[in-house]
Amino acid sequence: MKNTVIAAATIAAFAAGMASAHADPVKVGMITTLSGGGASLGIDSRDGFLLAVKQSGTKDIEVIVEDDAQKPDLAVQLADKLIQSDKVDVLTGIVWSNLAMAVVPSAVAQGKLYLSTNAAPSQLAGAGCNANYYSVSYQNDNLHEAAGEYANTAGMKKVFIMAPNYPAGKDSLAGFKRFYKGEVVSEIYTELGAKDYAGEIAQIRASGADGVFFFLPGGMGISFMKQYAGAGVDVPLIGPAFSFDQNILQAVGDAALGVKNTSTWSKDLDNQANKDFVAAYQAEYNRLPSIYAAQGYDTANLLISAMAKAAVSDQAGFRTALEAANFKSVRGKFSFGPNHHPIQDIYVREVVKEGDIYTNKIVATAMTDHADAYAADCKM
Amino acid sequence: MTFALFTEQILNGLQLGVMLFLMAAGLTLIFGVMGLINLAHGSLFMVGGFVCAAVAVWSGSFWLGLAASLVASAAAGALVEIAVIRRLYDRDHLDQVLATFALVLMFSEATRFVFGSSPLYLNPPAMLSGPVMLPGGIAYPAYRLAIIVAGLLVAGGLGLLINRTRLGVRIRAGEADREMISALGIDIRTLYTIVFALGAALAGFAGALVGAIQSVEVGMGEPVLILAFVVIVIGGIGSIRGALIASVIVGVVDTMGRFLLPDLLSGMMDAASARGTGAAIASMLIYVLMALVLIVKPRGLFPAHG
Repeated sequence: MKNTVIAAATIAAFAAGMASAHADPVKVGMITTLSGGGASLGIDSRDGFLLAVKQSGTKDIEVIVEDDAQKPDLAVQLADKLIQSDKVDVLTGIVWSNLAMAVVPSAVAQGKLYLSTNAAPSQLAGAGCNANYYSVSYQNDNLHEAAGEYANTAGMKKVFIMAPNYPAGKDSLAGFKRFYKGEVVSEIYTELGAKDYAGEIAQIRASGADGVFFFLPGGMGISFMKQYAGAGVDVPLIGPAFSFDQNILQAVGDAALGVKNTSTWSKDLDNQANKDFVAAYQAEYNRLPSIYAAQGYDTANLLISAMAKAAVSDQAGFRTALEAANFKSVRGKFSFGPNHHPIQDIYVREVVKEGDIYTNKIVATAMTDHADAYAADCKM
Repeated sequence: MTFALFTEQILNGLQLGVMLFLMAAGLTLIFGVMGLINLAHGSLFMVGGFVCAAVAVWSGSFWLGLAASLVASAAAGALVEIAVIRRLYDRDHLDQVLATFALVLMFSEATRFVFGSSPLYLNPPAMLSGPVMLPGGIAYPAYRLAIIVAGLLVAGGLGLLINRTRLGVRIRAGEADREMISALGIDIRTLYTIVFALGAALAGFAGALVGAIQSVEVGMGEPVLILAFVVIVIGGIGSIRGALIASVIVGVVDTMGRFLLPDLLSGMMDAASARGTGAAIASMLIYVLMALVLIVKPRGLFPAHG
């Protein structure tokens, strides 16, 4: 009898402890791109994140959303405001690597957690890693590395590679070449933001390549694919998922059909979490989710999973809870490497048309349990 | 490097030049006649692209979209002239830049409000969708060839309009002496509105043509606007002929620079850094050209008057 009482009391105390961990509210500052040419990426990141918060039913997360208009100086101002006046615990949401580099190092140095929904530049993965920084998306090089690996298996012997002339573009070509074993016949850097690729397409036609790898995010990719189709060059294309997200494909249309792209996520990934996510997202927003929405959704679920285990005021405990990554990822398998970047599978998708909608379906797995090239340099 | 590749690149340069001309012609007319610096010219380019895309998807016909884009951008131009620009002619250039920059922001957000943040779908018409074979075994996209032809026709038509019609006489007179032409009893306000709407229609036409091979998205006009300013500075402000010649020079120099510089530099440094440096220098090339022209001929190649 006495034992039972003690046991009951212990359980009650334990439950109370649990409850206090639950009841410790978390303030999230989301800085993302909601206006300008890159707005659809930020809108999807935000909508994915907020969907997960809504589904969890928790009242303990407060999200303050701010628009950085894709401007690094504005992002820095917003981060200062969120940290100093709103006193947020966690920052998240930045889409672009140059903005992330402007915000993340100072935010994590001030003891704030940063959970990346997208940008993950190499500078933050190696020697510049930080215990308070987590990339829930990938490391920037990953999709390009997978494209290099896929070019090997697809039997491409001579490839033509192309990216914009800025740091992420150079990382992209370096990432591709890290795994590609064939010959690179030509390597071209285009102007960032360029919309006319007639010159590059003429060079592809003349190069004798049997494959083209290109990294041209946003409007650049739309322009390139339309012009490539119009030029009648039939060398197969491969690129990272950024040029093939749900919003871009509708603008490209038939010109994108059959193009292979590498991604950590696809709407037809066969796991229950993903099926639920795709259905709920369509019901909530009346459109298909993109990779940015999926990453935003996973980021929120990671945060919610950590809140169930530790209070955010207990920094060490909360970090351990985040590192465990004990949530149901829409990507199926998901875990963190020692530098807080994901270890995950990377797939090859093909652009298809379903009814009137252009979308992707998975055709192969390019890499299994893939980490990144910088983890060894990270001393945490 | 083969002859075919070289010729194809020259054609690409010509196509870029012709497209720039459509933008630069309106810009230089508006500056020449009204003395107005119009930063919102890129927004009219965007209006053309969006209206063409929306009408083409709705009606299924690219040509209907193209016609609608002409009407819509001319109407938008006339409206903006009457509502805003008219008040700016007597102000200095800084006020004009401020006011037209505000217009850029308003056009961008209004377009996002109406069409959303995602890029729109617009493809060339089916009859122009593939490549055509040119003499010498050159496969060239039919649509780009059509842009070259359309641009040259517009240039010819504009030349006739300026040099052979009554409206053209008035426009030239307006460039030469604003006070005198109104003293002669010509309704200068209507003339200004017509010139502005004409420039806007040319920009909208360019936006629609280019939208079919590039992305139709908010902010698509601004990069083109910068190039068009380079063109009118090189060509001589106010001169249509100067704009045409400078457009083709800028188009060809820009395209050939991107194409040839990385290879030229690879003789001097290792391949990887030659690629990066070559691309960087190529993107500066037209600005270097502009600086050189301004040193030799400070008023541009073909100054409109004097």
